Amino acid sequence: MSTEETREKRIFQLTRRKALKGLAAGLGALALPAKGASASIWESFFQKNFRELGKPELERILAKLEKEYSAQYGKSVKVKATPPLEGVLYGYGLDLSRCIGCRRCVYGCVTENNQSRDPQIHWIRVLRLEKERGVDLEHAEQYYNPSTVPEEGHFYLPVQCHQCENPPCTKVCPVQATWKENDGIVVVDYNWCIGCRYCMAACPYGARHFNWKKPGLPAGEMNPDTHYLGNRPRPVGVVEKCIFCMQRTRELDGRYPACVEVCPVGARKFGNLLDPESEIRYVIANKRVFILKEDLNTQPKFYYFYSV
Amino acid sequence: MKKRGIHTLLIVMLAAALLCVAIAGQAGRREFWLTPPKGDSETTYMVPPPPFTEGIFPCSECHKDLTPNPKRRVLKDEHTNIELKNHAEKERWCLDCHDLKNRDKLRLVSGEQIDFTESYRLCGQCHGDKYRDWKVGVHGKRTGQWNGKREYLLCAHCHNPHNPRFKPLQPKLPPLRPEYIR
Repeated sequence: MSTEETREKRIFQLTRRKALKGLAAGLGALALPAKGASASIWESFFQKNFRELGKPELERILAKLEKEYSAQYGKSVKVKATPPLEGVLYGYGLDLSRCIGCRRCVYGCVTENNQSRDPQIHWIRVLRLEKERGVDLEHAEQYYNPSTVPEEGHFYLPVQCHQCENPPCTKVCPVQATWKENDGIVVVDYNWCIGCRYCMAACPYGARHFNWKKPGLPAGEMNPDTHYLGNRPRPVGVVEKCIFCMQRTRELDGRYPACVEVCPVGARKFGNLLDPESEIRYVIANKRVFILKEDLNTQPKFYYFYSV
Repeated sequence: MKKRGIHTLLIVMLAAALLCVAIAGQAGRREFWLTPPKGDSETTYMVPPPPFTEGIFPCSECHKDLTPNPKRRVLKDEHTNIELKNHAEKERWCLDCHDLKNRDKLRLVSGEQIDFTESYRLCGQCHGDKYRDWKVGVHGKRTGQWNGKREYLLCAHCHNPHNPRFKPLQPKLPPLRPEYIR
């Protein structure tokens, strides 16, 4: 063995294989929670997808979240994981001949569902359209701010998640962190969402919103009645959306969603599509009804109608 | 002794069977004591109390000493703040809806006196389509439960009965433009 060969073995040689190994290990370490992260972050890091959780596991997670939120917001916070009710498929009706565009629903929703106040997230967007043009979304205005509404020659079209029967958003999720539940509500597992925002790109209604920053939610305004898949405080970097107030509607004393309760003109209707006696079925059977962007075959369960 | 016992038993059984047949026969009829009558006028809706101006009800408090004057006129002394507007005011005046004799009641065209808590029947005389939609929960606001008890509002809670057009509202703040969200 020549001296040259021995020297070659001793000195460190950066081969292609070594470099790739090192890079992979380094990136992997970066993706892990920071050194100072609490045990609960480590735990949620290794938590399974919501749909694969066993009952004891889920209960432990809910208890942990309740403890965390209660400490964070200084009040007793309830985190539920109520499953869908049997024989229920939620449907929503919005009376365009009544809506006056007052945006009470927008803020009623923010309060009920713990949206971030700063940076601002609104699940409901009210579009102002011109009567002459009809439902022409290219001429929609969402920043209108007159002294009183309704304005002459305009009508208003509030848009929120349409809870599609054929949702494009859930199909594009690379990690299956969003799906349609049996009662028709499309939900997001905030602990599973990786924040890629594919679903936002896929949604034709602009109904999904991203937490660019840690949500700014004042403790005093926090609604302590929460659902794991719904209005619990969101972490940074996840997508959120309207969930038909499932913390209310899925309970046995199913209260109306907050936007229905707050609407001063009674333009918002909500009910069970499988119940022939429900308000929403009456609307579909008796009124002029349309759905938004019908040509996309998303099959929304959000029906716009004209009561006159 | 034994025979009498059997006879009594037979009679009791016969009576029981007769009663069963009678109940079964009656069950289909509306006035049967178990099913409350279900007529349109008898259906009650959960409504909050009518939105009276404070201290104005019962009307008979003041009216009991006054002689009723059925002549159509402009009121000069009392109720001057009430202005009939946006509701065919030329064709209409107080006693079209308020009862002349019993001031604490409203009056339907048929002459029937109804309570203020049932005022939807009064409005429904002309606005039949709205009344129909209201009854099923499509016209007007509902609160409560989508699968159970829901609270209705009287027409007068949203529409001033003397000036029924819905008042314009100040809209809440528009959303921030993306460039201002930091």
